[in-house]
Amino acid sequence: MRDGGNLLFIIALLPFIGALFPGLMIRAGRNACAAFTAAPTALALVMLLTLAPAVLRGEVIQAELDWLPQLGLSASFFLDGLGLLFACMILGVGLLITLYARFYLSGDDPMGQFYTYLLLFQGAMLGIVISDNILLLLIFWELTSLSSFLLIGYWKHLPEGRQGARMALAVTGAGGLAMIAGMLILGNIAGSYNLTDILQAGDAIRASEWYLPALILILLGAFTKSAQFPFHFWLPHAMAAPTPVSAYLHSATMVKAGIFLMARMWPVLAGTDAWFYIVTTTGLITMVLGALIALFKDDLKALLAFSTVSHLGLLTMLLGFGTQAAAVAAVFHIINHLTFKAALFMTAGIVDHETHTRDIKRLGGLRHLMPITFAIGTVAALSMAGIPLLNGFLSKEMMLEEASHTYWFGSAYAVPVMATIGALLSVAYSFRFVGHVFLGPVRDDYPHTPHDPPFGMWAAPALLVGLVVVIGVAPFLAEGIVTAAASAVTGADLHPHLKIWHGVTPALWMSVIAVGGGAMLLLVHRPLDRAWIAAPRPEAKAIFDRLMGALVAATRGMTEFAHNGAISRYLAIFTVTAVALGWIAHSGSGLSAPTRELLPVPPVIAVGWLMLVVATASVVIMHRHRFQALVLIGIIGLSISAGFVYLSAPDLALTQISVETVTIMLLLLALHFLPKMTPKESPMALRIRDGLIALTAGGGVGALSYAFLMRDIDTISDYHIANSYEGGGGTNVVNVILVDFRGYDTYGEIIVLGIAGLVIYALMHALLDGPAARRLRNTDYTQDRSRDRHPLMMVVVTRVLMPIAVMVGIYIFLRGHNEPGGGFVAGLVIAIALLMQYMASGFAWTQERKKVEYHTMIGLGVVIAGLTGVGSWLSGTPFLTSAYTYVHLPPIEEFELATAMLFDLGVFLTVLGAVMLMLYSLSRIARYAGQTVNEGPMDYDPGDQNADKKTEA
Amino acid sequence: MHWIILPVVLPAMLAPLIGFVMRHDIVLARTASVAGTVALLAIAMGLAGMAAGGETFVYRLGDWPAPFGIVLVLDRLSALMVLLTATLALIVLIHAIATGWDARGRHFHALFQFQLMGICGAFLTGDVFNLFVFFEVLLIASYGLMIHSGGRERMRAGLQYVVMNLAGSTLFLFALGTVYASTGTLNIADLAARIPQIPADEASLVRVAAILLMIVFAVKAALFPVQFWLPATYANAPAPVAALFAIMTKVGAYAIVRVHTTAFGSDSPGIDDLTTTWLFPAAIVTIAVGAFGVLGARRLMPLIAYSVVGSMGTLLVAVAAFSPTATSAALYYMVHSTFAAAVLFLIADLVVTRRGSDALQAAPATGHNGLFAALFFAAAIAMAGMPPLSGFLGKLLVLDALRDPGFMGWAWTAILAGSLLTIVGFARAGSTLFWKSTAMPQPDPPAQAKADDPSGVPVTPLQLAPTMAALAALACLAVFAGPVSAYLSDTSTQIFDRDGYVAAVLGADEEG
Amino acid sequence: MELIVASTVGVLTAGGVYLLLRLRTFAVILGLALLSYAVNVFLFASGRLAIDQSPILSRYGDATYTDPLPQALVLTAIVISFGMTAVLVMIGLGAFLEAGHDRIDMDDDDTAQAKGEDA
Repeated sequence: MRDGGNLLFIIALLPFIGALFPGLMIRAGRNACAAFTAAPTALALVMLLTLAPAVLRGEVIQAELDWLPQLGLSASFFLDGLGLLFACMILGVGLLITLYARFYLSGDDPMGQFYTYLLLFQGAMLGIVISDNILLLLIFWELTSLSSFLLIGYWKHLPEGRQGARMALAVTGAGGLAMIAGMLILGNIAGSYNLTDILQAGDAIRASEWYLPALILILLGAFTKSAQFPFHFWLPHAMAAPTPVSAYLHSATMVKAGIFLMARMWPVLAGTDAWFYIVTTTGLITMVLGALIALFKDDLKALLAFSTVSHLGLLTMLLGFGTQAAAVAAVFHIINHLTFKAALFMTAGIVDHETHTRDIKRLGGLRHLMPITFAIGTVAALSMAGIPLLNGFLSKEMMLEEASHTYWFGSAYAVPVMATIGALLSVAYSFRFVGHVFLGPVRDDYPHTPHDPPFGMWAAPALLVGLVVVIGVAPFLAEGIVTAAASAVTGADLHPHLKIWHGVTPALWMSVIAVGGGAMLLLVHRPLDRAWIAAPRPEAKAIFDRLMGALVAATRGMTEFAHNGAISRYLAIFTVTAVALGWIAHSGSGLSAPTRELLPVPPVIAVGWLMLVVATASVVIMHRHRFQALVLIGIIGLSISAGFVYLSAPDLALTQISVETVTIMLLLLALHFLPKMTPKESPMALRIRDGLIALTAGGGVGALSYAFLMRDIDTISDYHIANSYEGGGGTNVVNVILVDFRGYDTYGEIIVLGIAGLVIYALMHALLDGPAARRLRNTDYTQDRSRDRHPLMMVVVTRVLMPIAVMVGIYIFLRGHNEPGGGFVAGLVIAIALLMQYMASGFAWTQERKKVEYHTMIGLGVVIAGLTGVGSWLSGTPFLTSAYTYVHLPPIEEFELATAMLFDLGVFLTVLGAVMLMLYSLSRIARYAGQTVNEGPMDYDPGDQNADKKTEA
Repeated sequence: MHWIILPVVLPAMLAPLIGFVMRHDIVLARTASVAGTVALLAIAMGLAGMAAGGETFVYRLGDWPAPFGIVLVLDRLSALMVLLTATLALIVLIHAIATGWDARGRHFHALFQFQLMGICGAFLTGDVFNLFVFFEVLLIASYGLMIHSGGRERMRAGLQYVVMNLAGSTLFLFALGTVYASTGTLNIADLAARIPQIPADEASLVRVAAILLMIVFAVKAALFPVQFWLPATYANAPAPVAALFAIMTKVGAYAIVRVHTTAFGSDSPGIDDLTTTWLFPAAIVTIAVGAFGVLGARRLMPLIAYSVVGSMGTLLVAVAAFSPTATSAALYYMVHSTFAAAVLFLIADLVVTRRGSDALQAAPATGHNGLFAALFFAAAIAMAGMPPLSGFLGKLLVLDALRDPGFMGWAWTAILAGSLLTIVGFARAGSTLFWKSTAMPQPDPPAQAKADDPSGVPVTPLQLAPTMAALAALACLAVFAGPVSAYLSDTSTQIFDRDGYVAAVLGADEEG
Repeated sequence: MELIVASTVGVLTAGGVYLLLRLRTFAVILGLALLSYAVNVFLFASGRLAIDQSPILSRYGDATYTDPLPQALVLTAIVISFGMTAVLVMIGLGAFLEAGHDRIDMDDDDTAQAKGEDA
């Protein structure tokens, strides 16, 4: 790192730090705000100038800081001639714009915001020109797009502003993204993202097969940014921004970023045919087209915008030539264009500000009313036209000189002629700017009587015009910086001599023609203008809007077609995907040889199977009749449990049955509120489709299970069988696995149940607090309720069953560890017993006789289970380690099973609590639905004479 | 040494207390919930510190040796995910409290804690069936949160969400059955040890298991063609919940990284590049789906939801490469997109509650228009992958990691074009919501209308804090990208060190 | 026997999937119930089939046992799917009460504003 490197960091940071202040300082007044914007800019400029001498001597100042080494992204900056030139432009013009904007912005514009955005942009732009890492450059590149988006949209309430901002973002953003790809490719070829390394790797890059893609992608970035044809259309619409922005971003600096990039990459990318033809041609077209359109624009800023487009085209063309002289011309013209164009924009701003119009057709004769503005505007315009003794003349001469001996597809004339036409047109619109705005008779119909603005407003353009003249008269003054910059661009050591008189060259004749022709063209402007307006021309914005509209419509259409809320279709897609991919995966390999014989099928099983198949089929067929469907589901469940029993899975059978019962009961209770019939609505085609999907899915899993049923493998479960008794203290291996080997699963499982309880409870409240409650009240459920809702027999039976059920539950619970059973089944059994009480006497009646609160029961269960797990920490063992392994007192079995049993108790409580809470929620809904609470155990009490009256009530 | 289990046990013990003991006092519940989440964050930091060393810690539940018992495995990846979860959780929780969302229905905090328990459990477990169990825990909790505070659209969207995920769970079980039937084990490390032994021409069953599992995880990760459920769900969920769900999609991505790298790694002869073959194109399409959705959206919440889909696409494109560099890029992008999605939903919540509707149409500007505009702008550029926030770096990392010609063409085109559409979509939305609104005539409200008019409701610092925190996180992610991705590339190196993982889990003498 | 089990799984799955694709919540619930039966049997079968070999350790050593692990897994799965079904039923009920019908798709008119048509 050379000395001054640290300074470079500070320079890069200053604008961003500065951006923090305007927003605050505006509270201290507009002047303070402007001052605090100017301060960091000025400071950075001064620092920069201290580095300038070294750079002009040809040194390169570097500063590097690692940022993301894995990617090759580092915060490294370097300052050479080109960087210096641009940095000076950015900061210098930045200062002038700050001053100008202070007077331009009206009282009700949020000035703090404006200056903040301005400084953000300044920092980003500065970053582009001094970054030594192309990824870093990309970051700053995108940042300029963003800040220009904010600045163009500064006047939020104006539709032009919003649309212009979005258009600019879309176009430059697209280019930026293309450039990302290009830069990454470039980096991969060069093997580094450091600019200095890449600049060394020019030959390798031009030789690479990836050269052309990289070139095109990068040029896309540059062309969009620098408004080259056919991407030029966004720039005029960016003119909706306040004039200072137009002058700064959209003529002086940001739009030159593309030019800068091409200049920066010149040693790497230039010199090939691809480069020459793409860049030159684009530049040439842009130059002529821009100039032509500019000539017929009546809006001052539009005219300047298109002339900017044209001049950017000129610069692009020069860089496209690929010769060192052309590079020198380009660098020199960058400076000159900056000076006169910025001045012109500010002039236009002043005119707008004073007369409240920018329409040339409504202006004229201003020279008497605002002489200073007139002087400034005229000099700048003449320079733009390329009149001798002004700087515009010099660089234009150099341009024509280069053009005059450039061959284009073998033709010696194409480029010179086009270049002359471009020059001629630009002379014409420059003259028009002067002639139609300032000259001519004073009018009496200005929207607002103009006069010269305060000094602060014309100081900045005046200073720029001063430069225009100075450089125009004494070009050698600019030689130093031009030399440095041009050498940096070409990577060669150049010593150009900028002088006014080159003798009688083709270039001279060409500019004579240009000036003369331009003047004449202006004389016939009126008829031409009419013709132009009459002629049909493509309106870029209209096309862009139509395209964007179509794109949005298309994407919206696709999105809403795909995500139409039809879950049944989503599920169909899901199923098909699973089956298809499963099949593909399967067919990608083969199966090992079968190792098992088919087990025999006793008739009873065959019958059971038949029953199951029939039941399933009938569910599918008559699923619309909901009660019947539920019954059938029950049958299926039972036959499956039977199968489990036969296939040595007693625990499964037990659990299956009890879960079965509870589920069906809950479904029945819920069905009470739902329609009893499912309407016939899906069309036949749909049903056939679903049928096919269903069959393939069924066939798939069937085949899959058959495939592995025929093949044995060694599993980890031998260990479980071996260690169940010694390690787990139980002979029922399944249960030991549940509460010990994989107790953690069970822990999660009961938590699922607990959450289920919570969710249902919360849901119930959400329903009863919402509009649903009203619907419930208004629905009449009496039609499906018999007068005798709580039949005597049932009441009696359930009462008798209750204690038995509880006994059974406890028994199942206790034996669980050694025989089929366990906390879960026990919990369900007791829950079922309670459920039956509910069925018999109504929930409310049962409720009043309930001792514990269900929330607490669930909570207790979960906590107990958790504590059992945590308890094992005390003995220094992991979560859920069963304490059996520690307390080993042979005669007393209870101790051996202590923790596992405690855990099972947690399970028991949670299950019971969850089920009952679900029930409770359902019953609350039922109460809303207007079910009466009966005081007695049954509606019809034999010993009660006036029972009838009671039930009517 | 029980730290590893704490991220599961702590919320699991706290949630019942909140839900069943403190359920009558919101203040109490809030206090407990925040305290618990802060503690979780602290624990997560501790774990990350432990794992940073590169050692793989194994916690054998019930003191049974792997693969016979269930083990928790703490390595850099799981530590990272838990830390991410805890951080996000705290941000979201504060927002939910500050905006009063938690009081609009029952049991918010209990469900929230259970949700955290489920997520952490899924990240820490080393057993595929246990992974299923914790998927169910986090899912059922998310059902509750999804329909929190009820409402017509939300209830119906919630129903669809539940049905979709139940179908997913069913497939999960089919897949697990196939896994056990074809390998005889459920422990990830054991799978990693056994599957490479299976000869290439007898691997059908394992391949089916692998692909089915991928689909299951793809449902969670909202991968095409099983992403359809996401937009409606996120758009109709309570905004803070949607913000929390930002981590849920990542659970799916995490599972793919974990299971399909370690257990079904492409270096097994039977599996080969099966996963990549299908994951990569699907992810590409996902990017397109997301981008189209963003550009075509009519409402703010769906727009954000689609941007989440798009980001998942980008993330999974990187995952699909199954290379250490690509994976570490994916991890960086994962962390980034989690916060980006969350902060978007949080801001949207602040805005929508004041506008009354999330339709992308100009309506009279609400209070704090400028502030919200700025926040939205920041969040949008993060999500769209524009500098200076971490999105741009994440995008660069992914692009750079997918240089391989096999991926480059499609991946680069999709990601770059996708982010263009996203940028334009957000620009349109933002300029309509915040700029065009300033052009709307302000209805001068009569004194009585002032009372119930939400648009003027001042935003409290507490309401802004979470958003700011998330944005700060994104900024830090960008500034400290160097150290962060250093950690992440170590992480992915560890992920691809299968032998190390297997040795640590199966060969562990005493639990870590 | 293997064929019986495999075909059972197939039949249940087919029925389940078909009902899952119906348009009404209740049918979908039925479908998911069938599917959970199917998957339970499938999961159980992944331990292969055995008759009279219950995994209850007998006092007299030399007995062979069927694979207990899948049974444990199925038990866990049953419990979880029970909880899930309960929640599903309630949410379905809730959706019905809120919407006034139990169509499960949201592509009908009344989700117009869900798509953002409100203006």
